[in-house]
This record gives sequence, structure tokens and C-alpha cells, in this order.
Amino acid sequence: MSTWIILGATSSMARAFAREMAETGAAVLVAGRDMDDLRALATDLDARGAAAAAALYFDAGDPATFAPIVKVLGATEGKVSAAVFVGWMPSQAEIDANPSLIDQVGAVNYTGPARFLHELAPLIEERGGTVVGVTSVAGDRGRFSNYVYGSAKAGFATYLSGLRNRLNRSGAHVVTVKPGFVDTSMTWGVEGMFLVAAPSAVAKSIAKAVEKKKNVIYTPGFWWIIMTIIKLVPERIFKKLSF
Amino acid sequence: MLWKETDYAGWARVHKARGNVARPERSTQLTRLMEEAPAPAYGMLRSYNDSPLNDGGAAIDMTRMDKILHFDPETGVLEVEAGVQLGDLIRLFAPKGWVPAVVPGTGFPTVGGAIAHDIHGKNHHVLGSFGQHVLSVTLLQPGGKRVEVTAESDAALFRATMGGIGQTGVIVSAKLQMIPTPGNGMTVKETRVGSFDEFLALLDGSDYRYNVGWIDSTATGSALGRGIFEEAELSGGPDKAGGAPALPVPINLPGFALSAPTVKTFNALYWRKVPARGRTHVMSIAQHVFPLDKLHDWYRLYGKRGFHQFQCVVPLQNASVLKEIVQKIARSGLASPLAVIKRMGEGRAGMLSFPMEGYTLAIDFPARDKAETLIKALEAMTVEAEGRLYLGKDALASGDQIKGMYPEWEAWAAQAAKADPDGVLITDIVRRLQLREIGK
Repeated sequence: MSTWIILGATSSMARAFAREMAETGAAVLVAGRDMDDLRALATDLDARGAAAAAALYFDAGDPATFAPIVKVLGATEGKVSAAVFVGWMPSQAEIDANPSLIDQVGAVNYTGPARFLHELAPLIEERGGTVVGVTSVAGDRGRFSNYVYGSAKAGFATYLSGLRNRLNRSGAHVVTVKPGFVDTSMTWGVEGMFLVAAPSAVAKSIAKAVEKKKNVIYTPGFWWIIMTIIKLVPERIFKKLSF
Repeated sequence: MLWKETDYAGWARVHKARGNVARPERSTQLTRLMEEAPAPAYGMLRSYNDSPLNDGGAAIDMTRMDKILHFDPETGVLEVEAGVQLGDLIRLFAPKGWVPAVVPGTGFPTVGGAIAHDIHGKNHHVLGSFGQHVLSVTLLQPGGKRVEVTAESDAALFRATMGGIGQTGVIVSAKLQMIPTPGNGMTVKETRVGSFDEFLALLDGSDYRYNVGWIDSTATGSALGRGIFEEAELSGGPDKAGGAPALPVPINLPGFALSAPTVKTFNALYWRKVPARGRTHVMSIAQHVFPLDKLHDWYRLYGKRGFHQFQCVVPLQNASVLKEIVQKIARSGLASPLAVIKRMGEGRAGMLSFPMEGYTLAIDFPARDKAETLIKALEAMTVEAEGRLYLGKDALASGDQIKGMYPEWEAWAAQAAKADPDGVLITDIVRRLQLREIGK
């Protein structure tokens, strides 16, 4: 049997991915902070075909919550896989007014998930499995409108790249996912959104990337073209742009 | 962001709205919304008219509240959040031997919408309406009060909620009794029908649990009311699940796409697709009951102005009026290829439920001035035949016409006033038909 742990499972993208995994018949553990919602989600996954489903408490900003989850996973049998969907994007204006938010943005988007994966990595090396790390196109280049969030996601992406290198030695795999604009609560009502993708479509593309052992995917795929262009803009021009 | 200012519309695109919409992802968010800023709810916006709209006001999009809360594989009792889509329930539970007792002609509507309009399907003559299979419904009323209602705990509130167009509280979840199925298939028998009278005889005599007729609404003279009669039973699945993949209609089509000559030609060809001796085949449940779901955004076939779906039901003894209606439509040359006829049973679960024992006809018209004049005439004929129009579809009837068809409307309005004294759940359809204005 194979077990998935989904971190940040109350988000719509994570919920859709958890359902994809449940329908393959895997055991799915969902982790986050809203335990009522997570328990309801576990029942939902169970009805959709998961071999087993349960809710666990996880707070990316509180490393004390990590070890108990790793312990639960240690007690399962078969492959162990993890998908990290946690993310938090306060506006750049909020951060400018209160720079201490940078610590929290770093903890939720980068250091928390990285530390969790580091604690879990030996188990994955032993049993095999897949890590899905959801970063963001915002991490590809620091932009005027959200470079603190972007830099944390960039840090996490670099971590995932190294973790892929490490886990590859034991046959385990890491998929880095860079979503563009997805129709989640994070983008609901935000100005300037375009080509917004449905969470269910993004979840399907992640499931496919896991199956095909892709290393890095943009989802929807056309974001690869957009980000390639954005990365090619010379810095002397880029620094004058404001988007 | 909690609120998004956005444009949205009824499925037929005749009614549109603009306003602030919240889309809760979790139960705690929905509860907080109903405490602090209560608003009417909508689901997949598959009602044809202004039933899900609140133009200029606020609304709650329930599509993300879509969890399965409990499933008992022994009894087929299912508890779900209101945003779950009926097609998903078939996909998930038919392989386990259960399907929702009642589904409409599309799989996209949510359970909340199905309750709010007490929908019916191809098995209405046997199993009645959706609400008759609701064991309990949980409402979240303005102020955040959560009530679980059954037909026994509060009969009046339950009957005001089934088909009650969302006015007794936001429907957050429901417990449904599903029906057993041998598998994810349907065995479908198709018969060519030559005339209106032959159609009625076949509808009266059918002993299948699912049946519906497609009518060629352009045929006149002796061919008036000809069509194809489909009778079906749940069965094991087809050898290969299949059928064509889903296709979008990417743009609004120009007006001539559904002009009279095109429709007449299409209908004549469609009628002949079934051989004169009839045929029987096995397909997946969704393929049979949701024929149009493979064509995403099909409202675009009718162009920018949208369309009307006229649906009436008339009592059995007034079938002659229905024949006159079909005749009037055929002569007008305004109809689209989408026209269905069915015999309904008595089953209805609420005070504003559409069904009555009789024959129902549903037909689409591109939204044009001439078509609207025709529909108004058809509505007057429905009134004369002591029939009913459907609150999930009708866009043109007057408040007095509708109230005359629903003699319990005042009892319903009293329940709505009790649940929502400040009228924060009032939607465009309620305003248009003045449904909550008692004694005015």
C-alpha cells in the first residue's frame, strides 16, 4: 500500500489533489490547522475510494507539530509520499508596513515545509515514494509586487532541487510544481488575474507529473513560456517594470 | 479576498447579475459569512432564469462546499455538502451499486440547487421528485442559526425548503436516500413515434422506470408531434465506457445557426437516426441521462442574447391543450431542436414544487422578441389548462400567473419570512414575481 501525506490540505488545490490520490486507492492523510474541515475532508476521501484517510494537525510555523506526523507515517506500510501545498501570500503593502511578516512568510512558504521534508526524508529513502512541492511562478524572478513571497518560494524550489538530487540515490522522486494563477481563495477577487486555472485541472496535471516522474512542471503548461520570457528580460529593463 | 465583484448569469443568459460574491472553501468560513453578512446562495448556475441571481446585492457561491460527509454502502444513505454535483455522485457511487434517486437532464447541478428547485428526471412517473428522497436538510439561516430539518421535525419548513428557491436559509448539506443499480449502465430502447397522439399513448403505456420523448417541434400536419421515445432501465455498464470526449462551444454562435431551415433539416435527420423498427442499446448512465453534458457551455449555440426554455405541465385531462401548444410552436417556426415531452406522476416534495400528474413539455427558443410573444401566449394557454410553469426555468410569466399556479405560495412566503425576517435571502426571481409580498 502507498500512503500520501498532504500538507496544507484545506486549500482547494490540495483538496483536489488529495481526491485524485484517493481515487487511485492510496491511503491519504490530510494535515493542516482547521481540524473540523480536515476531518470532513478525510471522510470525503474515504467515500471517494481512499484505502484509509485521517486528519492530522500541522502548522508550518510550529516545528513541534512535525515529528508526530512523521511518527504516524513511520507506522504505515509501503511507500510514503508527501505533497506540500502550504502557502501564504500577504500583500507586499502589508509587508512594507510590517517587515516582521517576512519571518512568517519565510517560515510558512519555505523553512517550515523544508524542515518537515528533512525530518521525513530518511523514511522516504527507506521505503520509496514521491515528494510533490508546490512553489510558484512568483519564485522565478523577484518582482515589485510580491518579491518577499516570491523569494520564499524560490528558496523552497532550490531546496526541492537539492532534495531531488538526494532522494534520486535511493530511487525516490521529487516533483517541483510551479502553478500560475489558480482559482483558489488566494486569487479570489484579486485584481489583474488572467488565464486562471481550475484547481481540479491543476491537480490532474500534478497527478500526471507524479506518474511520469517529471522533475519540474509549470501548470497550466503555458506558464513555462510566460516565465521563460519574463526570465529573459534583461535586469536593466526589468528593474523599471512594476507588475 | 472574501468578496469579488463579478458578473454572473442564469444558464439561458437572458438574466444577468453583477454583485459581490463570496466563495467559502470551508464550513467555518460559510458560518462566519452567514453570521456577519448573510446572502443568498447559488451553485453551478444551471437554472435557466434569475432564480440564482441577486443583481446589485451579494451572493454566496457554494461550489467549493462539495464534501461527501457520510456514505453507508449497506443502505445507500448519503450525506453531502450542498455544492456536490449530481454527475459526480453517479461517477463515484454507481460502481458501488448506488445512484441518486432523481437526476435532471444534466449532471452539473449541485445538490443544493436540486433541493431548491425540487427537480425531476426521466423517472418522475415512478420515483417522484428529488425532495422526496431527501431524508434531512441542514440550513444555515441569517444570523448563523443552523437547523437540521426533516419532514417529521418541521413539516412546514421542510416543505417550504424543497423547491423553495433558497428562501428558508442557505442549504449547506443534506442526507439523501439513493437507489440501487446493477452497475454504471443503462439499457435504452428507442422507438420512432409518428404523431402526437401516438406519443401520448406510448407515454401512458410505458412500464419502464426511465422514459422521455424527443419531439420534432418543426413537424406539422399529420406528422405533428412526431419524435423518438426513449425508455430505459439501469443495468450493468457498457463494454467500454466511451463516447466522444467533452467539447466546448468556444464562442457565441450567430443567429442564423439555429434558424428555422437549419432546425427543420436537423430534426428530420435526427428523427430518422432511429430505424423504423426501433433499436435497443447499452450505454453509461451519464451518456443517457446527461446527453448535452459533452457540449460544454452550449448556451452559446443561441448567441449573445441567449434563449428561453419554456416548460409547462398540464393535467392529464387537458392533454388537448398541450397538443394545441405543440401545434402553435410548430407553426411559429421559432423552436430549436431541443424539445422533450414526458408524463409526470403526482410526486412533489414542497409547496412550490413544479410537478403535477400530467404531461410536461420543455422546449428552447432563441431569445427574440417574436419568441417572447409566443412564449407569453403559451403561458396563457398553460394557465387556461390549469397547468404549471417551472420556477427554475421561466423568465416571462407574471407574479399573478405564478401565484395562481402555486396555491400554497402564501404558506411558503410565511415560512420564508420566519427564516429570513429581514429579507436578506431575496433573489431576483423573488423580486420579479413578488413572491414574498404577502397581503400587498
